Amino acid sequence: MSDYRIRIENVSKFFGHSIQAVKNASLKVKKGEVVLIIGPSGSGKSTLLRSVNRLEVATEGKIWIDDDEVTSSSIDIRKIREEAGMVFQSFNLFPHLRVIDNITLAPRTVKNLSKEGANEQARKLLKKVGLEDKEQAYPGQLSGGQQQRVAIARALAMEPKVMLFDEPTSALDPEMIKEVLDVMLDLAREGMTMLVVSHEMGFARAAADKVVFMDGGEIIEVGAPDELFSNPKEERTRKFLTHIL
Amino acid sequence: MAEIDKLPRKKADRGPVTSRIDVTDGALIPNRGNSLVFNSWRVTFILSIVLLVLLIFISPAPFRDIFYITVKGVPVTFQVTVFAILGSLVLGLFCGLGQVSRSRLLNTLAGVYVELIRGIPLLVQLIFIYYALGRFFQIEGLIAAIIALSICYGAYMGEIFRAGIQAVPKGQMEAAIALGMSRGQALRKVILPQTMKIILPAIGNEFIAMLKDSSLVSVIALRDILRRGREYISRTFLSLETMLMVALIYLVITLLLSRIVALMEERMKNE
Ligand SMILES: Nc1ncnc2c1ncn2[C@@H]1O[C@H](COP(=O)(O)OP(=O)(O)OP(=O)(O)O)[C@@H](O)[C@H]1O
Ligand SMILES: [Mg+2]
Repeated sequence: MSDYRIRIENVSKFFGHSIQAVKNASLKVKKGEVVLIIGPSGSGKSTLLRSVNRLEVATEGKIWIDDDEVTSSSIDIRKIREEAGMVFQSFNLFPHLRVIDNITLAPRTVKNLSKEGANEQARKLLKKVGLEDKEQAYPGQLSGGQQQRVAIARALAMEPKVMLFDEPTSALDPEMIKEVLDVMLDLAREGMTMLVVSHEMGFARAAADKVVFMDGGEIIEVGAPDELFSNPKEERTRKFLTHIL
Repeated sequence: MAEIDKLPRKKADRGPVTSRIDVTDGALIPNRGNSLVFNSWRVTFILSIVLLVLLIFISPAPFRDIFYITVKGVPVTFQVTVFAILGSLVLGLFCGLGQVSRSRLLNTLAGVYVELIRGIPLLVQLIFIYYALGRFFQIEGLIAAIIALSICYGAYMGEIFRAGIQAVPKGQMEAAIALGMSRGQALRKVILPQTMKIILPAIGNEFIAMLKDSSLVSVIALRDILRRGREYISRTFLSLETMLMVALIYLVITLLLSRIVALMEERMKNE
């Protein structure tokens, strides 16, 4: 078995003929590592992240999760997606379902879990994200931070090996960011492998093993958070950091 | 390999997503919020009831007779409308799914169906389908009328389903398939339940439009409100009186139904 949980090798992604969102990107993530992706708007962060569970199909290059080649056309992509939980900027909870049913829907339809079994698991997850009293609420009755925590619980219910986060806190009011980051920190401490698009520097310092800087579709620089933030090697990284720090 | 799990792009040549939902030929929907429509609904409703009652009591001959005879057509009208709405919902669901499908063949099939139906006057379609059915099957007028109306309204229902499906944010399908669900599972458990909620008022509207259009099937052997009225005219030659009564009956029903649809909309908004 490979030492790496996620391997991205020379991946490029074109939209149409002219737009190249990702240019020849390579990245390896070890088991239990937390990798943060930063970069300006339009630099291809989401596209790269979404290639990992094939919400975007890479035009060139290969991606593996453990020994499964995600980019292979003969792979059962649904199995891969069970193993790679995803959390979106806009939460994307199912508004017509109660919190508990949001969490149990996929385990019940995909894994054929019994209702009782799925509910029991969902309650544990709700407790973990601090929302055990909200299981009967509808998403519309929750704050943004609460919705995002439910979304994390929903992804965890499939018992993934990898969690992908696409700007999980950038749609949130400042006072709610911490509650979501705390849940993510707990996950990181438990050894979850995480690929996170985010500009939360506090989270990067506390949890990230590596920070990846992307610009213009390319991976410009990879380094440990402290090293990359305080002493970037590339001029473009330095410039970007002066904007956000 | 072609991208499998992506939602199809909205077709550029169709209007904005909600156009078909907003603009209806059913009836104006008298929401309390819209005071102008609500007020005119109230005035029309009261006037038509008063006129109906006055005609029947002040001039029972011939109006009471006409009323009793034509009102017997109401159950037939409702029967045809209810079953044809159900039929058109089934057709419309498939047509709408066909239109948003990733298969070019299904896109085209559903698209051609919609274009055909939209391009031919309803009355012509109804008579054509009636004769076409009659050529190959032994079926009674009621069934023929229901099938014909279902086919015609299925196309409009399809447009409503398409708009309703596309009105569900793209992130919903993404979230579902990212959890490992198939597109079919996601459609059934995530997209369509939300679609139904979005299109329920539009379906109510189609019901009203269909109830009125069902009078067209009186040309097919079917004793609905209009047919009974025309039979009465051929016996008595009281054409104006009879048609006045027929019109009033349709009007009262339509006004009542449109208020029910409005109440339904209001309740859904409050949820
Ligand atoms: N579905 C698409 N069709 C066409 N172009 C796209 C599509 N998705 C992304 N792009 C383009 O690809 C490039 C990279 O987009 P991407 O969303 O990956 O950037 P990002 O780094 O996530 O930006 P942001 O910080 O704004 O989220 C952009 O130029 C974007 O316009
Ligand atoms: Mg992005």
